[in-house]
Amino acid sequence: MDERFLPRLPLKSWVNEFVDFLKEYLQGFFGIVATVIETVTDWFVFVLQLGHPFVLIIVISLIAWWTAKWKVALFSFLGLWLINNLGYWEELTQTLSLILISVIISIIIGIPIGIWMSQKDAVRSVVTPILDFMQTMPAFVYLIPAVVFFGLGMVPGVIATVIFAMPPTVRLTDLGIRQVPAELIEAANAFGSTTGQRLTKVQIPLATPTIMAGINQSIMLSLSMVVIASLVGAPGLGTIVYRAVTQIKIGLGFEGGLSLVIIAMILDRISQGIKK
Amino acid sequence: MDYSLANGKSGGEKMGEKKIEIKVDKLTKIFGRSPKDAVGLLEQGKTKDQILEETGMTVGVNQASFEVENGEVFVIMGLSGSGKSTLVRLLNRLIEPTSGEIWLGDKNVTAMNKEELRELRRKNMSMVFQQFALLPHKTILENAEYGLEIQKVDKNEREQKAKDALELVGLGGYLDKYPTELSGGMQQRVGLARALANDPTILLMDEAFSALDPLIRKDMQDELLDLQQSVHKTIVFITHDLDEALRIGDRIALMKDGVIVQIGTAEEILMDPANDYVERFVEDVDLSKVLTAGHVMKRAETVGVDRGPRVALQFMKDQGISTVYVIDKKRKLLGYITADQASEAVKEKKSIEDVLTRNIPSVSPDTLLIDLFEPMATAYAPLAVVDEEGRLKGIVVRGAVMGALAGNEENMSGNGVSS
Repeated sequence: MDERFLPRLPLKSWVNEFVDFLKEYLQGFFGIVATVIETVTDWFVFVLQLGHPFVLIIVISLIAWWTAKWKVALFSFLGLWLINNLGYWEELTQTLSLILISVIISIIIGIPIGIWMSQKDAVRSVVTPILDFMQTMPAFVYLIPAVVFFGLGMVPGVIATVIFAMPPTVRLTDLGIRQVPAELIEAANAFGSTTGQRLTKVQIPLATPTIMAGINQSIMLSLSMVVIASLVGAPGLGTIVYRAVTQIKIGLGFEGGLSLVIIAMILDRISQGIKK
Repeated sequence: MDYSLANGKSGGEKMGEKKIEIKVDKLTKIFGRSPKDAVGLLEQGKTKDQILEETGMTVGVNQASFEVENGEVFVIMGLSGSGKSTLVRLLNRLIEPTSGEIWLGDKNVTAMNKEELRELRRKNMSMVFQQFALLPHKTILENAEYGLEIQKVDKNEREQKAKDALELVGLGGYLDKYPTELSGGMQQRVGLARALANDPTILLMDEAFSALDPLIRKDMQDELLDLQQSVHKTIVFITHDLDEALRIGDRIALMKDGVIVQIGTAEEILMDPANDYVERFVEDVDLSKVLTAGHVMKRAETVGVDRGPRVALQFMKDQGISTVYVIDKKRKLLGYITADQASEAVKEKKSIEDVLTRNIPSVSPDTLLIDLFEPMATAYAPLAVVDEEGRLKGIVVRGAVMGALAGNEENMSGNGVSS
């Protein structure tokens, strides 16, 4: 079995060399990205911690009431009150900031890529395998280069979260636009629309519910990355869970996990409410 | 009301004076890997089936040539797969032609670049679709505005134009509704209003009424024809329904396997089918729904109301008839007078006006034969055919109706409505 037709491919060293190359020549670029993400996240944390916890609890509950139903608002109020009561308020704001920035980046990058994909099959055939890669490559694998490029802390956490959470937004933007009935596209063309007009007046408005479903999925996936992000030093509820796992503290782990579930449910209901 | 034969006829008579709006020359569409190569095969006279067998390519439209006159309703009719929907999409290049030319006046549509083509679609040709193709996220008004919106027409102006167009199709009261809140017939009116709001010269209607149920479809056909009286568009109308083609078409092009097999007025196609295919197509046509009183009417014997009853009596004797129609100076029908009534008037020294039978059954020249059966069954005398001003145009006798339905051309007056 040891007989090889070809020598073992040095894939490992290729990747290492590639990462070294990036580190050497794109250092400045990574520095800018890190600064931007760091600044925005710090600002989010600052704003979220600005008032008394109950100010934020009431604001989120009101948003829930406005976008979803009063039941969701009541649940938000009680759930957030519980997290505050357990003493995880600071971690909560950090986790919310991580998710907010990740989802915003996913939207800013993901929707244009999705639109581009929907317009050109060639783009789609290139982007699709990249998305598969992003979703299935174990997160720990790209966590390592993320640390190499960005150091420890919030930034590599955000990068890893974006890589994992962005694909649904891209895919569902593409899908939503492609699902617009052919006869409507034909009508838009028959009346002399430009490509841009067809997109903004017909395709994107009709794809919006699907795009929103994609964003909702991105939010859920970014929550599932919270614990992994904490491995590279991103602060938040993930850290509590991680500590509980390493120190075998069952109760602590449950509290951290439950807090994450509560946030997940609130964000899910709110983002689904916006869809309508 | 039926316009088919009447319009066809008048269109035919004026053909020489009318302006050609669309001229299509050997327009061909072949779907496949190297369509250009197959064009040569078509020119050699190979059929759709032969080309499919030899090259694996599908012929959509095979060297179609025709001209559409300004203000005409030109119907392209054929069964599914005949290439009619492809043909209409070639006209505004939603599908790119493989070869052949389309001329709009002196503009060559086939040679237009992207911008020119967009301008053509915005200003000259609007399309109405089988499945309406309304934008579900926009209101009725916004849908009707769409064509103007993308031309960046000022908001107030385009709203006004869209409202006018919706008013024209009878939907003035539904501006803020959404398409899903409307019935199929109403949705298609919106489709029509959207097309009209651009004020194009040409309307392309792709099976526009085929998705509607038969009663609504008939209403829409009538409304389209009424509308056409006021908007005078050049309409290219695609249908698979022969009755529809006969009802609304000034001229009809029949398609089979991508080839136009015959172009002519409804009457020409019915009475003189170009080949077996057309003949088979039209043999099931219910002539009673196509032919009108105008087609079967005979000349009426008349007498002026200001003449004396003796004149009427003498006239009847000379002609060997027992009834004569009474008209005034403007040929307006007043009634009829029988020989008995005339001699009674002579005896009692009355005028024709005193004794004639008034309120006799009359029909318009456009009345379909099928609608003549009932009045004929109850009438004593032949039915009088009168125009809108009440002038007597002729009479319909039972024998002529029977003869025409049997396909006997001798029973056709042949000149339709005199116009």
